[in-house]
Amino acid sequence: MADQPTAYERFIQGILPENPVYRQVLGLCPTLAVTNSMNAALTMAGAVAFVLLCANIVTSLIRNLLRPHLRIVIFTLTIATFVTIADRFLAAYMYQMSKTLGPYIPLIIVNCLIICRCEVCASKQSVWTAASDAAGQSIGYALALSSIAGIREILGTGMLFGFRLLPEIWPDWVIMVLPPGAFITLGLLLGAANWIQIVQSKKTDNN
Amino acid sequence: MNYLIDITLIAFGAAIINNFVLYYFVGTCPFVGVSRKVEMAVGMGLAVTFVMTIAAFLSWTITTLVLIPGAPLSSFIGSFFLPAATAQQIDLTILSYIVYIFVIASSVQFVEMYVRKFFPSLYRSFGVFLPLITTNCAILFACLTIMSNIAGVENPSDAWDLGRSLVFAFFGGVGFTIAIFIMAGIREELELCDIPKPLEGAAITLIVGGILALAFMGFTGVGTGLKDALTFSRQETVMNHPSTPDSSIIAANVEKAVMRFHKKG
Repeated sequence: MADQPTAYERFIQGILPENPVYRQVLGLCPTLAVTNSMNAALTMAGAVAFVLLCANIVTSLIRNLLRPHLRIVIFTLTIATFVTIADRFLAAYMYQMSKTLGPYIPLIIVNCLIICRCEVCASKQSVWTAASDAAGQSIGYALALSSIAGIREILGTGMLFGFRLLPEIWPDWVIMVLPPGAFITLGLLLGAANWIQIVQSKKTDNN
Repeated sequence: MNYLIDITLIAFGAAIINNFVLYYFVGTCPFVGVSRKVEMAVGMGLAVTFVMTIAAFLSWTITTLVLIPGAPLSSFIGSFFLPAATAQQIDLTILSYIVYIFVIASSVQFVEMYVRKFFPSLYRSFGVFLPLITTNCAILFACLTIMSNIAGVENPSDAWDLGRSLVFAFFGGVGFTIAIFIMAGIREELELCDIPKPLEGAAITLIVGGILALAFMGFTGVGTGLKDALTFSRQETVMNHPSTPDSSIIAANVEKAVMRFHKKG
C-alpha cells in the first residue's frame, strides 16, 4: 500500500490534475445533458457528490469482503441504493428541479466516474482516503459542470442564475442551450484544457 | 390501425427524431470511446441493440407484474399476510433502479454466455463490448423511459404494452447504431486530416458530434408532421369526402401569418 497516494494527494488530484471531465473524460452523459442551466448543473453536481461520497465510504468499508469477480455488481448495487435516496430526496424537496433533471438522476447509477473511483481508489484504500478522494473528485466535477453550464447559459440566454449579464441587444444563441451546443462547448473546452497542459509541459521541459 | 400509427411514431421518434445519443446524450461514452473503426462501431451498435431489446422485455415484464401498484404478483404474495385492500396498493416502484440495474447486469451476463456457446463467430466480433454494455447509460435510459410510460401515465389505458416497449428499445438501439456508425465513418476520414494538436481525440469527436446533432435537429417536428399525415390519410379513407378549406379562409390565415411576422420583425 506504500505506493498508493495519501488522502491529501487524492483530494488535490481530483480537483484539477485528474479532473474527472477534462482529464479523465468520464461521466459525459450528465455533463452534456444537464449543463444548459447553472441551477441544474449545480444540483446534478450535488447529487453526484452525495452518491460518490457514500458509495466510496461503503465500498472502502467492505473492501476486504469483496470478491474480484463480483465487485462490479456490488459497486453498482451500492451506487443504485444511494441514487434512489438522492432521487427520492430531490423529488420530495426540489420537485421542479427533479422534473427538469428527469431521467438523468437515475442515470448516475451507470456514471462511469463513480464506478471508476470505487474501482481505482475506494476498493484499495482506507475510509479516510476514499472519502477525501470522493470530495476532491466531486469538487472537480462541480467545477467542470459549472464551467460548461456557465458558458452555455450566458451565451444561450444572456443570463446567469436568471440575472441578465449581457446587454439586451445580445442575440441569444439559442443553439447553445440545445443539444448541439453541449457537444461543441465541451469539445472546445476539452481542447482548451489539452492546450493548457501542452503549454505547461513545454515550460517544465525548458526548465 | 391506431396501434400501427403509434408504433410507427415511437419507432421514428426513438431512432431518428429523438436520437438516443444526439438528443438525449445517453451512451456518449461508447460514442466517443469506440467510434475509431467502422467495424468496432457496428459491433458495439449491434450488441447494444440486442441487449437493449432483451433488457426492455425483462424490465417491462417485471414492472408490470411486480413493481407498479396493484401489480398481479406483488398483490398475490402480499395477500397472504396483508388485508386484500392493502395488498392491492403495494407500490414497489422505489426499488425500480436497483431492479433494473440488476436486470441489465444479469442479462448482459446471460447474453454473453449464450452467444459464446452457440454463436462463437458472433461472440468474437462482439469481443469486449458485451461486458462494457452493463455501464452503458442508453440501456438504463430505455428501461427508465419504459417505466415512466407505464407507471407515470395518468390514464392506465395510455400505458405502454409489451409491443410498444420492445419497438421503442429496438429502434432506440438502431438509432444508437446509426449515430455511432456515422461518427466512425467521419473519424476514419479525420485520421488523414491535419487537426490542431490539443483537439485530437475526444475533443474533435465531440465537436463533430455537435455538428451531427445540429444535422439531426433538422428532424425536429417530423414527428408531429408524420402523425398528422398518418391520421389524415386515415380520415380521408374513412370519410371519402375530405373537406377542403375554403379559399377565403386560407387567404385570411396567410394575412394573419404575415401580420404576425411583421410584428415580430
